[in-house]
Amino acid sequence: MDQLAEAVPYLGKRNLKAARWVVIIIALVAPIIAMMFGRTWVRILDFALLYMMLALGLNLVVGFAGLLDLGYIAFYAVGAYTWAFLASPHFGVHWPFWAILPLGAGFAAMAGIILGFPVLRLRGDYLAIVTLGFGEIVRIFMNNLNYPVNITNGPQGINALDSMNLFGWDLARNLTIGDVQIHSLYLYYYFFLLCVAGSIMFIQRMQISRIGRAWAAMRDDELAAKAIGINTRNLKLLAFSLGATFGGVAGGLFGSFQGFVSPESFSLMESIAVLTMVVFGGMGNIAGAVVGALALTALPEILRNIAVPLQETLFGHVLLDPEVLRMLLLSLAMILMMLLRPGGLIPAHARYSRPELLGKGVRT
Amino acid sequence: MSNSNPVTPILQLKDVKIAYGGIQAVKGIDLELYRGELVCLIGANGAGKTTTLNALAGTLGLAGGELIYDGEAISTMPAHKRLRRGIALVPEGRGIFTRLTVEENLRMGAYIRNDSAAIEEDLEKVYTMLPRVKERLQQVAGTLSGGEQQMVAIGRALLSRPRLLLLDEPSMGLAPLVVEKIFEVVQTVKDEGVTILLVEQNANLALEFAQRGYVMDSGKISITGSGEELLANPAVRAAYLGEAA
Repeated sequence: MDQLAEAVPYLGKRNLKAARWVVIIIALVAPIIAMMFGRTWVRILDFALLYMMLALGLNLVVGFAGLLDLGYIAFYAVGAYTWAFLASPHFGVHWPFWAILPLGAGFAAMAGIILGFPVLRLRGDYLAIVTLGFGEIVRIFMNNLNYPVNITNGPQGINALDSMNLFGWDLARNLTIGDVQIHSLYLYYYFFLLCVAGSIMFIQRMQISRIGRAWAAMRDDELAAKAIGINTRNLKLLAFSLGATFGGVAGGLFGSFQGFVSPESFSLMESIAVLTMVVFGGMGNIAGAVVGALALTALPEILRNIAVPLQETLFGHVLLDPEVLRMLLLSLAMILMMLLRPGGLIPAHARYSRPELLGKGVRT
Repeated sequence: MSNSNPVTPILQLKDVKIAYGGIQAVKGIDLELYRGELVCLIGANGAGKTTTLNALAGTLGLAGGELIYDGEAISTMPAHKRLRRGIALVPEGRGIFTRLTVEENLRMGAYIRNDSAAIEEDLEKVYTMLPRVKERLQQVAGTLSGGEQQMVAIGRALLSRPRLLLLDEPSMGLAPLVVEKIFEVVQTVKDEGVTILLVEQNANLALEFAQRGYVMDSGKISITGSGEELLANPAVRAAYLGEAA
């Protein structure tokens, strides 16, 4: 929370308490304002929250531990398919929410360790290529495991996933309290918001812990990290599995929210999009991941809503597909960012210790 | 009499071979270090000095031979366990954690320790030894000058309370005046009773400070002797001290 509050322009540096309230109010009011522009926008905000969880998890791997992972979306897929297998008519199994979500997170963490072991000795470009391959392998498995035994239903994906049911309270149905009806999209929004807030708190604790500092040391100089007694093998595996856990949880939420999963949601482009959010926002920085995810989910949608009608009035038909525009915009954002603000929107500041741990000196 | 030597070495290398990237970089060397000594290892680029130090710290495995530290075989012991036994490495190129502050860097040196009161004491000791570093505690370490970074790297290693300090080219890329300061610090550390193995390109200076020296040449030890002997040795003078033979 505090990192987000400090990132609030002007206020963050002067009045942290006020800035904190600004963040909370924005988070709470956002969907109500979005609803004024139509339901789609609340839906986009819901997706933005899911991307935030992904960006936070990937930031832990790439930003904190310095391990470039281009196959991160695979963990998202593992979480989503776990949900699809255990809560849909596909196998006729309908497990409850609270059983599947931890299971999906656990499977994703396991996948993280499975990826982690072979890449322990790789760094930089080589690591990126192997993780990229891993992401594709998972997607191809999902795409082809429909024969001879139909497990994933192949490219058609799995339909009619159970909606999220929090102890008898179905998030997919509008909630009626007296005369007021609260739309299901709001319910999802606030539930996802809770998940994101929880993730932020956990990751922030992690960053200023002994493990967080060890990650930072490993990222800055691996040999020196070994020389001061850091077990780099275990820390890398921990980074991969913990990052994957967030991907798994987000994947489960995504599956049930969308009600449908298919391999095409987990393409390489999605991995790159999440990485772009992390880099765009500012690597190694919680506020950066959050802002990056929000900006890069919302901006393409805004553009799409302007570009499609604009093209229709100009040329009479749509020349550039919105999906192409999205990639175009992401690339453009990256290029501009690298030129103008290489540290990202909110550049990371060294912050790996609790202030009271450090000497009497006031932190600057 | 099984042992004619009254003092047993703190560190012993017996026919140590190290392969690195498919090439045998160290082809069987013997080396001994006695408690409280400052010994330097000199030699040309690519002679295998850094490789040897990394193998001693445990970040590289052995291809053959044996390492004995304090009477215990440590050839296959992982790096973090060796550090607990008291072997600390200051890596080549300093190995500063550039995005952490100076104080965080120093505290990382005590990563394996949990005796917080003693850590604070050791920090104070390092601060008195390195006053320049103390002035910059809250600065991000990547913004320090090369000399200051080297000081931080040495200070960080000291925070693990080493008994054997492995120093890899502390003078690299530093101005002569700064190098002198670094060597003063090394001398202070030695006076505290820490055994030091120093790898240096700056052979002249290293041999002046060291009691004994080993000269390494393409993966083997070619000459060994006291600091003065090596300084006076015409072959060493010709090869490493820049004198015409």
